[in-house]
Amino acid sequence: MNIRSQISMVFHLDKCIGCHTCSIACKNIWTDRKGAEYMWWNNVETKPGTGYPTKWEDQDIYKGGWEKNGNSVSLKGAGKLRGLKNIFHNPHLPILEDYYEPWTYKYEDLFNAPEGDDQPTARPVSLVTGEPIDIKAGPNWDDDLGGSPDYARNDVNFKDLSAAEQESLFQLERMTFHYLPRICNHCLNPACVGSCPSGAIYKRGEDGVVLINQERCRAWRMCVTACPYKKSYYNWSTGKSEKCILCYPRLESGQAPACMHSCVGRIRYLGVMLYDADKIVQVASCDEDQLVDAQLDIYLDPYDPEVIRQAKENGIADSTIKAAQDSPVYKFVKVWKIALPLHPEFRTLPNLFYVPPMLPAMASVDADGIYDSTTESLWAGIEKSRLPMKYLANLFTAGNEEKVKQVLKKLLGVKIYRRDVTVGDLSQEEVTGAMSAVNMSGEEAEAIYRLTSLATFEERFVIPPAHREESIEMIEATADTKGETGFGFKFKPVRGL
Amino acid sequence: MSWIEDIISPKTRKWEEFYRNRWQYDKVVRSTHGVNCTGGCSWNIHVKDGIVVWEMQALDYPLLENGLPPYEPRGCQRGISYSWYLYSPIRVKFPLMRGALLDLYKAEKSKTGDPYQAWANIQNDPEKRARYQRARGKGGFRRVQWDEVLELIAASNLYTVKTYGPDRLIGFSPIPAMSMMSYASGARYLQLMGGVNLSFYDWYCDLPNAFPEIWGEQTDVCESADWYNSKFCVSMGANLGMTRTPDIHFFSESRHNGTKTVVMSPDFSMVAKHADQWIPCHAGSDGAFWMAVTHIILKEWHHQKQTPYFLEYTKRYTDATFLVELNPKDNYFEAGKVLRANHIPKYQDVEHGDWKFLCIDAESEDLKSPKGTVGYRWGKEKGKWNLKYEDGETNEQYDPLLTLLGKQDDVLMVDFPEYGLSKHSKRGVPVRYIDTVDGRKVPVTTIYDLMMGHYGVGRGLEGSYPEDYDNKEEAYTPAWQEIFTGIGRKTVIKFAEEWASTAEATNGKCMVIVGAAINHWFHGNLMYRASIMTQMLTGCNGVNGGGMNHYVGQEKLAPAESWGAIMGAKDWQGANRLQQAPIWHYINSDQWRYDGNQATYNSIPEGENPLGNMHSADWVVMSVRNGWMPFYPQYNKHNFAIVEEARKAGADTDEKVFAHVVEKLKSKELLHSVVDPDDPVNFPRVWFIWRGNALMSSAKGHEYMLNHYLGTHHNDIADEVAEEFVKDIVYRESAPSGKMDLVIDINFRMDTSALYSDIVLPTASWYEKADLNSTDLHSFIHPLSEAIPPVWESKTDWQIFQAIAKKVSELAEKYIPEPKTDLVNLPLSHDTVDEISQTKLQDWSKGECEPIPGKTMHKMALVERDYTRIYQKYITLGPNIAKKGLGAHGNHYMCEDVYAEMVNAPRNTLQENGTTYPSIKEDVEAANAVLKLSTLTNGKLNYRAYKNMEEKTGLILADLGEGSKDVLLDYKALQAQPRRYNTSPVWSGLMNDGRAYAAYTYNVDRLVPWRTLTGRQHFYLDHDGYIAFGEHLPTYKPSPLPEVYGDLRKTVNDGKAKMLNCLTPHGKWHIHSTYGDTLRMLTLSRGMEPCWINEQDAAELGIKDNDWVECYNDHGVYCTRACVSARIPKGVCIVYHSPERTYSVPKSQVRGNRRAGGHNSFTRVHLKPNLMVGGYGQFTYHFNYWGPVGVNRDTHLLVRKMDKVVF
Repeated sequence: MNIRSQISMVFHLDKCIGCHTCSIACKNIWTDRKGAEYMWWNNVETKPGTGYPTKWEDQDIYKGGWEKNGNSVSLKGAGKLRGLKNIFHNPHLPILEDYYEPWTYKYEDLFNAPEGDDQPTARPVSLVTGEPIDIKAGPNWDDDLGGSPDYARNDVNFKDLSAAEQESLFQLERMTFHYLPRICNHCLNPACVGSCPSGAIYKRGEDGVVLINQERCRAWRMCVTACPYKKSYYNWSTGKSEKCILCYPRLESGQAPACMHSCVGRIRYLGVMLYDADKIVQVASCDEDQLVDAQLDIYLDPYDPEVIRQAKENGIADSTIKAAQDSPVYKFVKVWKIALPLHPEFRTLPNLFYVPPMLPAMASVDADGIYDSTTESLWAGIEKSRLPMKYLANLFTAGNEEKVKQVLKKLLGVKIYRRDVTVGDLSQEEVTGAMSAVNMSGEEAEAIYRLTSLATFEERFVIPPAHREESIEMIEATADTKGETGFGFKFKPVRGL
Repeated sequence: MSWIEDIISPKTRKWEEFYRNRWQYDKVVRSTHGVNCTGGCSWNIHVKDGIVVWEMQALDYPLLENGLPPYEPRGCQRGISYSWYLYSPIRVKFPLMRGALLDLYKAEKSKTGDPYQAWANIQNDPEKRARYQRARGKGGFRRVQWDEVLELIAASNLYTVKTYGPDRLIGFSPIPAMSMMSYASGARYLQLMGGVNLSFYDWYCDLPNAFPEIWGEQTDVCESADWYNSKFCVSMGANLGMTRTPDIHFFSESRHNGTKTVVMSPDFSMVAKHADQWIPCHAGSDGAFWMAVTHIILKEWHHQKQTPYFLEYTKRYTDATFLVELNPKDNYFEAGKVLRANHIPKYQDVEHGDWKFLCIDAESEDLKSPKGTVGYRWGKEKGKWNLKYEDGETNEQYDPLLTLLGKQDDVLMVDFPEYGLSKHSKRGVPVRYIDTVDGRKVPVTTIYDLMMGHYGVGRGLEGSYPEDYDNKEEAYTPAWQEIFTGIGRKTVIKFAEEWASTAEATNGKCMVIVGAAINHWFHGNLMYRASIMTQMLTGCNGVNGGGMNHYVGQEKLAPAESWGAIMGAKDWQGANRLQQAPIWHYINSDQWRYDGNQATYNSIPEGENPLGNMHSADWVVMSVRNGWMPFYPQYNKHNFAIVEEARKAGADTDEKVFAHVVEKLKSKELLHSVVDPDDPVNFPRVWFIWRGNALMSSAKGHEYMLNHYLGTHHNDIADEVAEEFVKDIVYRESAPSGKMDLVIDINFRMDTSALYSDIVLPTASWYEKADLNSTDLHSFIHPLSEAIPPVWESKTDWQIFQAIAKKVSELAEKYIPEPKTDLVNLPLSHDTVDEISQTKLQDWSKGECEPIPGKTMHKMALVERDYTRIYQKYITLGPNIAKKGLGAHGNHYMCEDVYAEMVNAPRNTLQENGTTYPSIKEDVEAANAVLKLSTLTNGKLNYRAYKNMEEKTGLILADLGEGSKDVLLDYKALQAQPRRYNTSPVWSGLMNDGRAYAAYTYNVDRLVPWRTLTGRQHFYLDHDGYIAFGEHLPTYKPSPLPEVYGDLRKTVNDGKAKMLNCLTPHGKWHIHSTYGDTLRMLTLSRGMEPCWINEQDAAELGIKDNDWVECYNDHGVYCTRACVSARIPKGVCIVYHSPERTYSVPKSQVRGNRRAGGHNSFTRVHLKPNLMVGGYGQFTYHFNYWGPVGVNRDTHLLVRKMDKVVF
């Protein structure tokens, strides 16, 4: 065993509002500058939809992620070797139009326009060319099913649904959508790291955060192609690629990342997972239908004395082990098994897990157009879910419907259990039936409920102490840093360093 | 060996300081966002190098009781974008003036050397006046100096006061709760001057008229944490994810706690994804759905099962047990007035016998006069205004009879009209005969029995009762509602069952969260009543986790008492001029001239109905004359002159002055301005706009305002049609264009109102000033703080109006040096004895009664105005605080000791002529004065107010304030951490021990009456106006048909367009127009506010996603891009509220290549007359509290693909 510590996350999609507060928190702090305008390290997508950059999930187009190669995996698109051969020609790289051309408005005209015979208005202009722009795309263009004929209907995850099934999703009786907020997954098997010819991308030993060294980056952009989630972006001003840094300056000072702090839907959780790094290749290269379970196996029980012993041996601090024990992510992912990775078939072993959404029950419409949404019990069973299981499975379990069903049944079980506790108007048959179907005890249901609904900020984010004093000590006496930090001159990175 | 190597080497990671350096800041200051939004979120503003760099939510909200999720974090995508504004190119940095006006003013000033004369010369020259009016909105701004612009403003204000009267100075600023001192700044200035403040809550169509109708309450709702207490939670016409972004987690979290969530909305909206069940009623038909739900609940749970909790609740807390007289008509009967105590011999001579109502005691079967009715509220003897089962005259206990069924003298056939299918049904109702004092035998029935008849619950009685739920013909069956809603009967039946069984199991924990999408319909009040009926009958109101929770606009200014006094300058003087905005704009912007007779689009009982057939403009005139509604300007004569003339004629007391005015009105020598609004002498002249977007976002009939207020170009093409219908209002040949002499906008950004104003003054943003903020969504009070001082040349609103006041006082030494006596008209007002002034509808101007101020007509007051002292008064807290005490919502307390403390304090005082006053010169001083003098934040005063309530009600109540006796919050305490305010008698929710605030828990738990006629919640509204419009019982009325509503009389469909019902719900990327112009929101949306349209509708019109479209009707045009989506229902399009004309608006091809407008370019306001009635219990005026609302949801327009896009 080679035990390491990883900061991991859970996003509870049932609670996601699609408000994008997370995106702006991130933008305000990290990407509100030249060259980074079009970057949304955190973005939120409406599903069904094609997302940002458009159709990012379609690896036939972008060739991101890993593919199984015997007992190992290799990069689908931009491997180091392949990359080097193609340094001037990278056909799988998304172009600006796949993201969008950033723009602003000539607000000044409202103040400066001379008196005329009609009212001035601020026209949109491109932030790239400065010329008037005909806006055709944005980072959230298909929000709330906007442009559904062009976008939602072309969602890659429909691939295993019949044409009729697909069409029914746009009729009253099945109409639905949900949101998918995305950040860098800080994968255990990051394709970006694997693809970088300069060795500029690395995983931090203490917390597993994946970073692009802004001094070493040489603008190969292989990471942009390699990342199947398209979470590495090229800064055209500095000539460096950049990506989500999981707000490590905040983590290091015990604060949740900005996107998580600002999550007003309270959908986000963050905590430490201990994992066995020796198993990565094995897990990444297992058969597709095994991927989810295999990934769960890699995470270790932080209460297991043997795990604790080996973790300490590997230099993991007591405080980190305690954080792992208190980790809400561990509970959602490993104990309750109600959070799933996004597109595990990309084989990067992402460290961001999603609790799938419970959507309204399917209805029916009769020949006269009369809509009926009656359900037999207070809540419909999950077979009445508006989104087909296949669709959710394509998102979260590499197509394994049973896995998604189990999660949704468990979520429904929690509802039924709490209804019984707070109202008591359901039959005991229904209550015990729902619990035993997912083999869930009352205690477990109660624990899931509490962390889902009542959790405070401190319960949602269990951040391991960074022990910065120790890291600094490896370079200079920490006491010196105390007196000297902040002095000096700051320079921005310059193209071509 | 690991596959991917982790790097821990410190040297290669030295570069990491690159991002660490970014996460650095110098200080963090707590503030929030000061208008429009109900969020009330605590934000940490991060400052680096003296620059605001970003904002993050504060996380330090104290927890409420166990079992409730925490409030943190609060703050949405819009709030977190705010810092963009501070240094953006849309920021107003310096005072600006329209060049055309500046040139005229400079020329006249250099000619005359006198600012006042210069202004007069411009105003007296029609050419000059038209010159700058025409230029409004069309560029040509110039930077000016503060001194210069203050002088012009002061001169214009004094000129207006002297020439026409101070009631021609108008101010508009919305929703004070969000930044109450900033609101108070202009209001205080205007009220000291004698000017007018326009209301907003009703104008925005946010006032739910059903609340005053049923509860006598403006609005009172639970805080969002209480949603979590609900076990069956319906979101109706509310899009919680979009508009209640920081609160929706309580809704989504409650699902995991076993709460069933249902969303009713025609489109699949953001909140629908959080629903267990989505019910897409056809747009605007929700009322029909609820009528059927009530039908089921009355039949099954009330009549058949006799559910004890429901029956007991209905008996005690509603008017259901009161008796109604039935009036004979032809061979049947009609429901009439509630039986009055003085109509029967037993109570013939009791005090206020017209205002005490009767029920029957179940045991003795005698008539009883229950305590708690409005007659006991205003009686001489105190202590009888409560909800105990006691007779107010004898103190005997009784048990009120809910139904006469089985105990009736007779069964009479009563007529029940139904407006959905336009039919009448005659149904048997059990009655008792009562001997009245005039020797008649009058049949009466209980309101409960009347409702059983109205809802078609047969109970074995004869008449056309539906036999079962499948009867489509008889209202209000599940089958009947299918016709209107498109929702199957099975769905309704199951819904009713789940609702009622949950309410039974939990004692009322069923809730409806309601949003603007219901209230903005012409018949919004009826849809609300339909839903509230269900709630009352299942005991859900006044219960944690239950009831009707309306979040539309923002009414809850928590420390209302002290703030109200400072805002209205009541610390110095009495009468305020507070104007009901919907009637004001309807009349003054001449929209009434384009309106047909409301009777043609309203659903009203057929037959001879003089009240029902009156044009809305005549209703306005009647409402003003009778004292139901206020109207300023008041008279076609200067108010100072009226008083002087009366005094000259020998009127040596106030009463004689009023008598003089009454005589002049009777003889028609003096006219109310409202009677002849297009006479130049009656124009509003100077308009201050601050904290709001009066000319766009809220400007229903925006294009008419551009024409009649501003005198600039407009795109409406409607014909005037009112002439043939109006009788009382004077219809002048041609409508004036450009009534306003001067429009002053105080703003931090260049929005549409700023763009169209003559003067734009730069105001401090919400991170640059001290202020206070409260909301109904939570029970904390927040500060706004100065993270950085006001940037460039901006000043806080409090300082801007102070500067104007100072300049006015200086110039007044020359132009109005002597004090003047102002005559102020006041409407009959809620929470005063005026509530019991008009038992029936009579118009003195028609000779139906004598004009008696305060009884049959409005009240009057005289106010001394010394224009040289405006500034001194503005900056000090006047002595009336100590003399008169404070109060709100029918509460009162004295506070001379606290005032004395403030006067004797070692700091924060000012002296004038040897007298010391508390200073409110600085923003923080003013905020602290509010906190020190309110029951919400000063426990000592709170306890005192409860003691006073004990005396009024005869109940024990002060224990509620016991625990907070020592609480005294000040501004710094609020900056340190969000603080929950006290449980106070000013508000109807109890919050002791961390209990979530829920409306009316005070009434239900403690038996304090509602402020209504019966003191109970009202099913039945027996005002003559309500009977005339067929709204005395809750009912369903369909949306007015487009043909008669007047949106598309002149606009011709050339075959390339399609008529759609345009909905303007609240959007995701803005709070009204704010934030919508920020780069953040525009980038995350589509770069403008699109028109959302159904896929099939779009295909029919050849419109593809992102194509440019024109949305137009007689009122104007909006040009935008189409957002084609399957989630939008057919026949409907959505333009989210609210776009601006300031960004990305091309020129319209259907309106002659002129710049297109915004969403209010296709609206015109319509007024619902019965909402104007007054002087009658809960139907008595209060600012933002009662009156017709500015509806806009019933609007139809044409949508077509745009031929050519020209900027």
